[in-house]
Amino acid sequence: MKTNAMSNFEIVTREDFSDVTYLLEVRHPLMAKAAKPGQFVIVMLNEHGERIPLTIADFDRNKGTITLVIQAVGKTTRQMQAECKVGTKLYGMVGPMGIPTEISHAKKVVCVGGGLGVAPVFPQARGYKEAGAYVIGVLGFRNKDLVFWEDKFRAVCDELILCTNDGSVGMKGFVTDGIKVALAGHNDIDEVVAIGPPVMMKACAEATRAAKIKTMVSVNPIMVDGTGMCGGCRVKVGDKVKFACVDGPDFDGHLVDFDDLMVRLSRYTKVEKEAHERWSESCRMTKQVGAAALDALARGHVQQAELLELPDPFEDAPGG
Amino acid sequence: MAKKKTIRTIPQERTPMPEQDPQVRAKNFEEVACGYSLEDALRESERCLMCPDQPCVSGCPVGINIPGFIQKINEKNLRGAYDILTDTNLLPSICGRVCPQENQCEGVCTVGESLEAVAIGRMERFVGDTAIKQGWVNIPYIEPNRFRVGIVGSGPAGMACAADMAKAGCDVTVYEAFHQPGGVLKYGIPDFRLPNEVIDAEINNLKKFGVKFECNTLVGRLFTIEQMIDEMGFHAVFIGVGAGYPTMLNIPGDSSNGVLSANELLTRCNLMRARDFPNFDTPLPIGKRVAVVGAGNTAMDATRVSLRLGAEKVYCVYRRSRTEAPARAEEVHHAEQEGVEFHWLTAPVAVLDDGKGNVRGMRCVRMELGEPDDSGRRRPVPVAGSEFDFETDLIVYAIGTNANPIMGQTSKLKLNKWGYIGADENLATSVAGVFAGGDIVTGAATVIQAMGAGRKAARSMKAYLGIRDAGLPYIGAEGAGTLFGIDTRERNFARVRVA
Repeated sequence: MKTNAMSNFEIVTREDFSDVTYLLEVRHPLMAKAAKPGQFVIVMLNEHGERIPLTIADFDRNKGTITLVIQAVGKTTRQMQAECKVGTKLYGMVGPMGIPTEISHAKKVVCVGGGLGVAPVFPQARGYKEAGAYVIGVLGFRNKDLVFWEDKFRAVCDELILCTNDGSVGMKGFVTDGIKVALAGHNDIDEVVAIGPPVMMKACAEATRAAKIKTMVSVNPIMVDGTGMCGGCRVKVGDKVKFACVDGPDFDGHLVDFDDLMVRLSRYTKVEKEAHERWSESCRMTKQVGAAALDALARGHVQQAELLELPDPFEDAPGG
Repeated sequence: MAKKKTIRTIPQERTPMPEQDPQVRAKNFEEVACGYSLEDALRESERCLMCPDQPCVSGCPVGINIPGFIQKINEKNLRGAYDILTDTNLLPSICGRVCPQENQCEGVCTVGESLEAVAIGRMERFVGDTAIKQGWVNIPYIEPNRFRVGIVGSGPAGMACAADMAKAGCDVTVYEAFHQPGGVLKYGIPDFRLPNEVIDAEINNLKKFGVKFECNTLVGRLFTIEQMIDEMGFHAVFIGVGAGYPTMLNIPGDSSNGVLSANELLTRCNLMRARDFPNFDTPLPIGKRVAVVGAGNTAMDATRVSLRLGAEKVYCVYRRSRTEAPARAEEVHHAEQEGVEFHWLTAPVAVLDDGKGNVRGMRCVRMELGEPDDSGRRRPVPVAGSEFDFETDLIVYAIGTNANPIMGQTSKLKLNKWGYIGADENLATSVAGVFAGGDIVTGAATVIQAMGAGRKAARSMKAYLGIRDAGLPYIGAEGAGTLFGIDTRERNFARVRVA
């Protein structure tokens, strides 16, 4: 059996939830068979690309696909937003990585997803539902327009609390307010699962600390290989240093040092910004060159073959 | 017969290796050692006494017929030299560069008792590079059998094992988690010591043997070792995934931004090409002043990579003295020539940050050597009151690795108390048909040791699968030739077809 011959990382579905959030469904039957809630993949867009970790938002064993929900925040995720169309291929996708979430015997669970964390918390909510737990979903979005997957969550949650910052749909407030509502309504919650930006997960862990409810968070720090080799993803958990890629990505939220995590996440902010600016600039230039060339073609000045040799936007980037 | 050589008649001085000027090379990623010319190699081949004891052969972990290939060089028969080398070692260009020859073949060389040892590694590299340039490849006649062998990890152990199993006629698939094969040769060893083209050439040779490489495949998580045997139809599996998991110092400030493992620095620079940022997307902002902790080969690579990435000052901090440094003497020497500043007998006690989580300096303490410890090296003891601070904005830990946990997490393989895979003297693990070797069994070691382990595991696998091993080649009195019409270099079930 050839493993990767079965997958060339082809994109089979794309859905845009908003200007910045998009969904890609990638064909990889073997990974779809192996994936479990809580795991992640590392994706490379092209040969020159960086390796970026993305949490698996869903997997379909019958269709043989892996679903990723991506927020265009950096250079690579924006470039993916621009280039990943149905039928195109990723250069590489490796996984499923990390220790799967332990779907415990908890009887009543709150699954919290904020922003980008909404998608990856879905397999866990579904996992708990399948294990027979009473699942309360708490989802946070900035406003009504950014809401996605409400129906998917309704299908696996016994209760769903939608929170928006401006109150345009659901209740007005943050996911922590949603957690408070859930805690007020139920005094027998066994576990809380929270996925989202570090600052949100920190707040969720604080919200449950007093009541001593087990709170699991999924961290997604900077990493290169994802196999425990580089140590870039180390996180302070209690008094120990753990590698998110092989010891996680799920950790006890009451023990994770979120401040440390947030500082470490900022490490490449400056170069990332530079890379993005350079990329958007070169895109703009390519578009201009492209338009000019088409114009010239229309006027019959250029042979078609020359058109195929548009400058590579990365070739003459400064400093390269 | 030629006149018998004696220690007095051979060229007394070792033929020097042409090198790039230290000032120039500290700014580029071109190879430091440029390699012998034919004249250099011929002169050096004169220095081998062809002594009957052949201590070099037993000093080589894979037992290369060293006098044999040197003799062929001497006869200007480079193709013949290549044939002899590839009889036991499929990766001469790699081994000629990265083997610690001074502790192996050259360390026991008879000439070395009174003069400088014969430069075996340099000649090996010369032959290997010539073969790549000429496009020589010894494709053995392979008699396919029904066995399928899976290899986990495409580093030196996996490649050596794959080559032997393919030669034995097995259908071999090598799995690699990264997007390119090569393992530590690709991500770890920098281009100026081992150019990527050399690795790719050797990998292409393996492909010509019929070995299949599957990248982007994380064995253990995508499928388990047990699944490979039970469901995927592999008759035997070799695990050569390396140690990986880098050790941190566990001193205050460890998690500050600007503290990273040598693995991360090297992977970003070598495999991900961060040195060509922004042409490649992976970033690697290098500090003005870089401090590398440790003095092994990886530490030397980290210091020299930092220089090439534009650091103004690179320090190497080690708690023992130069004599105890585990790096090859040549590497320390190269680093020193290029301007790395060594601080022996110095141990870090804390990383100092700027209040925003970024590294601004390091607090160290002076050490002195006390009584010998378990490793036989004198134990470093801190000198009371000798703490001092110095300025640095990037700290690289190159202080060794621990066992990678993925195999243990995902299989029933028995691990030893340090978390490495338990294997017997034949490298068989606790699961039938599964063998393991290299760093994941022994802890961090060298490339050639890993290759030796890969070949040893291949021998055990062949025995396990019941493949007959012819063992030694038939070398008659006339040396290589034919016997009953069969090429006498026939070995390991394969006839070498001389093109």
